[in-house]
Amino acid sequence: MTEDLTATTNRDVQSGSDNGEYERESVPESRLKGLRSFIGMYAGEHAAGTEFAIGPLFVAHGVTAFDVIVGLLLGNLMAVLSWRFMCAPIAVRVKQTLYYQLERICGVNLVSLYNLANGLMFCFLAGAMIAVSATAVGIPFNMQMPALGDWLPNSIGWIIAVFAVGAVISIVAAKGYDAVARFANIASPWMVLVFLACGIAALPSLGVHSPADFWVVAKKIVWTGAPIEGQSKYTFWHVFCFAWFCNLAMHVGMADLSIFRFAKKASYGYASAAGMYVGHYMAWISAALLYAVQLQNNPADTAVAPGPMAVNIAGLAGAVCVIIAGWTTANPTIYRAGLALQIIFRKWSRFRVTLITGAIATIGAIFPALVMKLLDFVALYGMILMPMGTVIFIDFWVLPKLGMKRFYAEVTGTSFNWAAGAAWILTLCCYWILYVQFHIANFFLFIPGWFIAAVLYIIGSKLYQKPSLA
Amino acid sequence: MKTVLKGISYIALLGTFVPAILVWAGTIQLETHKIIMIIAMVLWFVTAPFWMKK
Repeated sequence: MTEDLTATTNRDVQSGSDNGEYERESVPESRLKGLRSFIGMYAGEHAAGTEFAIGPLFVAHGVTAFDVIVGLLLGNLMAVLSWRFMCAPIAVRVKQTLYYQLERICGVNLVSLYNLANGLMFCFLAGAMIAVSATAVGIPFNMQMPALGDWLPNSIGWIIAVFAVGAVISIVAAKGYDAVARFANIASPWMVLVFLACGIAALPSLGVHSPADFWVVAKKIVWTGAPIEGQSKYTFWHVFCFAWFCNLAMHVGMADLSIFRFAKKASYGYASAAGMYVGHYMAWISAALLYAVQLQNNPADTAVAPGPMAVNIAGLAGAVCVIIAGWTTANPTIYRAGLALQIIFRKWSRFRVTLITGAIATIGAIFPALVMKLLDFVALYGMILMPMGTVIFIDFWVLPKLGMKRFYAEVTGTSFNWAAGAAWILTLCCYWILYVQFHIANFFLFIPGWFIAAVLYIIGSKLYQKPSLA
Repeated sequence: MKTVLKGISYIALLGTFVPAILVWAGTIQLETHKIIMIIAMVLWFVTAPFWMKK
């Protein structure tokens, strides 16, 4: 018997669709979007405020020029292939949000736990983007920027700037995906070129007056291989793995099921390359060049403050770019957080839940550590959420081949799929063991973690699923 | 009219990154580059919404 991947769709439609975001039903054919929507969205989302922070942080952690140029090239390729071959194929077949699909697999209680973790992680990620924008908003007021080692807010001005930016971003995010995508589509071509312009215009200040000068300057001045005092040393593998897992929650973790459910075919997963090679290659390199100019002007000024860095080279346009870059990424991130938390707060409107997630993000943004420790936060965020993406992958492709049922919670009516829950929690425990006992750095844990989660879910399902349902 | 707006938008995009190349080539000063980028930014956001597809 052919399994209906969209089994719940008709019942939901008959009971009345929700507010047009298809949160609990499959996206109808008439609402699918063309490739350009995804290219624009990815280019806009990944040419973001956090790119202004990540590029400099690699410099601060003492990577070499080879580490960056080659490591980012290959790591971003792995990310694109992960979107294309792991996330998009399931998204275009089922056409449902990550959260609804997880509910069908895991049950409403387990997915509530996941969504709480997911929503909070997205909130804090959006907070980092709000903080980036705030560094630009504060410039006209001579706001003192947080330092590289700051964990707590350093001034009232910083707090006010963060709250102002957070409030505006949250209200726009609450309006819905179409409004967000429209603004990002308009802003993204300009933003991308501002990133490019910043990098090129910074070159003369670093002593690059011809292409032949670039590699020498890159090795001796920009990416020297020596970390700034107080920062740990990163290698090629840190850069490669970071570029791959930077959006781990989205591709292998399957959060972008919620995005690609609007795609006409799985090959639209390649649209992620627009984000990776524009945002996570060109923009990171450009931002690193801006930081190198700042360090060259004043070696003691190690603060990673995107606003002043951009203004130094691109003036007011640079400041506006930093604000918009943070905005266009915080918006979909807060939107995703709203989707995640709404599965817990079902009776609340999406508008209300999104405003609340924006508020949480804004409070997180007050703490500069969210930006200064962004690389570690991104690693943690991906690791925590990835195992459920593994559950979705195995549930869709592997369980039927082993004679087991997909969407087990929906089939049985259970609210907690213990096989999925055990796979998630035990994988997190394994992370801890690998980190503490075997001293494997957090940047590298996701690779064994995926396989651990896969094996645990298969074994757990074999033990948990009733044979009579096969 | 849309064609005119589109043309202005593309000029704005050129005005966003070409000045950086001119800075690198030593043809213009960094401060001039900053002023051109502001003009390009305004032109882009004033014209692009009228022709970019939803």
